[in-house]
Amino acid sequence: MAFVYNFPLFSIILSMFSAIISSVLSGKWAKRVSLIMVCLVLLMSSGLLVYTHSTGEAVTYMMGHFPAPWGNEIRFGVLEAVMAVFFSIVMLLSLLGGMSHVFADVEDTKTNLFFVLIDMTMSSLLAMIYTNDLFTGYVFVEINTIAAAGLIMIRQHGHSLVASIRYLVMSSIGSGLFLIALSILYGITGELLMVPARDGVQVLRESGNYSLPLLLSLGLMSVAMAIKSGLYPFHTWIPDTYGYSTTTASAVLSSLVSKAYIILLIKIYVRVFGYAYADAGHILNVLFVLGLVAMVMGSVEAIRQRDVNRMIAYSSVAQIGYIYMGLGLGTEAALMASLFHIMTHAATKSMLFVSMTGLREASGGKTDRRSLSGAGYRNPLAGITFLVGSLSMVGFPMLSGFISKLLFARAAIGVSGKMLPALLVLALSTILNAIYFLRVVITIYSPQGSDAPLDNVMDDEGHVLTPEAYQEAERAKLQTEGVFLAPKAGALVKNGPLMSVAMVLMMLLNFFLGLCSGPITEALLAGLRIFG
Amino acid sequence: MLAFLTAHLEHITAVILFCIGLGTLLLHRNLIKKIIGLNVMDTAIYLFLTSLGYIEGRMVPILQDGITSAAAYTNPIPDGLVLTGIVVSVSSTALMLALTVKLYARYHTLDMDEIILRWRKAGER
Repeated sequence: MAFVYNFPLFSIILSMFSAIISSVLSGKWAKRVSLIMVCLVLLMSSGLLVYTHSTGEAVTYMMGHFPAPWGNEIRFGVLEAVMAVFFSIVMLLSLLGGMSHVFADVEDTKTNLFFVLIDMTMSSLLAMIYTNDLFTGYVFVEINTIAAAGLIMIRQHGHSLVASIRYLVMSSIGSGLFLIALSILYGITGELLMVPARDGVQVLRESGNYSLPLLLSLGLMSVAMAIKSGLYPFHTWIPDTYGYSTTTASAVLSSLVSKAYIILLIKIYVRVFGYAYADAGHILNVLFVLGLVAMVMGSVEAIRQRDVNRMIAYSSVAQIGYIYMGLGLGTEAALMASLFHIMTHAATKSMLFVSMTGLREASGGKTDRRSLSGAGYRNPLAGITFLVGSLSMVGFPMLSGFISKLLFARAAIGVSGKMLPALLVLALSTILNAIYFLRVVITIYSPQGSDAPLDNVMDDEGHVLTPEAYQEAERAKLQTEGVFLAPKAGALVKNGPLMSVAMVLMMLLNFFLGLCSGPITEALLAGLRIFG
Repeated sequence: MLAFLTAHLEHITAVILFCIGLGTLLLHRNLIKKIIGLNVMDTAIYLFLTSLGYIEGRMVPILQDGITSAAAYTNPIPDGLVLTGIVVSVSSTALMLALTVKLYARYHTLDMDEIILRWRKAGER
């Protein structure tokens, strides 16, 4: 047994112990522990990726060397390693990008607790990626939910308290449904480890016994994970949650936490029930339709938002819809596209939240569209980062969003009955994305108070105004409406060094996903084949 | 029908309790009642799991009187799952109660709709 086999367990245990240690450390030290932990996890996952990529085999790691019916198991292949590497990169960048705001937003005595929550989130994300046991999956789903609720409410103001109670109520429903589905499955197969459970499911399907409980179990699991990751009709908690948390929390919640649930769901589909069974039970069709609805409704809601943070949050609803649409198409290529989109969305959404924080700082702490106008000049780096993120979301070539859309479109071709709706909604959703993202991009790059710099603008008494006088009048009008006004001599806002580094790295990550997608998609596909 | 009911009494009770709990969690506006609903729902699942693991006439899985045959004991795993589940639900209940205290201190009500109403008003100010 190679030493590298221990890395998944090490990374889970390491992040968990960092959380325990951080609870007695000062905020500063907790931060260091957290950063070191994420870097170590990144290193270990990279080592694991190199190893699994070279062998191309999935490895089952028995905890404590107890064989199948008694012990707990970790299972990893290329796919798990890619996801772990990617999640730790995004986690690191989100931490760096929001670091200064963590200390500003969280009470001084509680900063170490923030990092405790980050460490717990990291450990539960990794455990959900690696675990081969359904009940362990459930326990870490719960840990993840509790840590996420903590991340939302640690910024103690009314918004985040209300957001976190909403999140907790929805998530508790999801957890309850998942647990009962698990119990039903355990009751009819007698197994909790995924591979023996698959054999049990196989036997039941062939004999035709317990067909209703089996389908019910799969359906409830799908609904539970859909609630937790915020698929369309269950999305109500998303905008407040993502919109009002501190930067790192928003980035981590939107890009990682909701994705881990989807990965667990894919694992259950592929490894336990078999993808064909989910398809035969029409569950995939339901997910497909809900995904399509989410793609449109999320974007429509996003267009209606005035607050840009909430707009970005609603855009997450649409992007989750893309992922479920891919799941619902039911082919291997579509599943791979979904997995790639999980990465795309994680990279892009964290980038958008971090850059929006930079723009918000350049606009007096306001995030409504009119206060943001011209913010791209006041904070150039954040402006460019937001531009790149928006273009990626819209699907501009060279960026990762383009590759996702391409993969989805390619996967949809030839799927009977689903091809036309998928392609049409993909196109419609792209247009809607373009409407709301580019609108913000145009806003942040247009000087304040000059929405209509027309010739011959007249004031109330019929005098023709010079452009300067017109702008002056517009500014006065905005002032009375409580919109933030930038000082006229374009004062530049300086980002913290960590934040600048994070934004540059996030852009590079996005370009990397967009330009070097070949090896990644190959690795994902290879990983998917040994995933089951 | 009656035979089916009596044979699956625990399961049917569990399902009914689960639905009651889910409904309370979803539909009640009072936060404390929501939390009670959550607990009823979780407890229903534990009842379901425990009844799955119970076989009449068998002993708890602790070695007694030197009997080593596995057929004399029940499976310990469902009980283990229930214990783990209880720990999980205790922690999420504690978290929700703590959050309720915070919300009550800020908005002076336990009514979820009222809280959201007051929160919106405070936001517009």
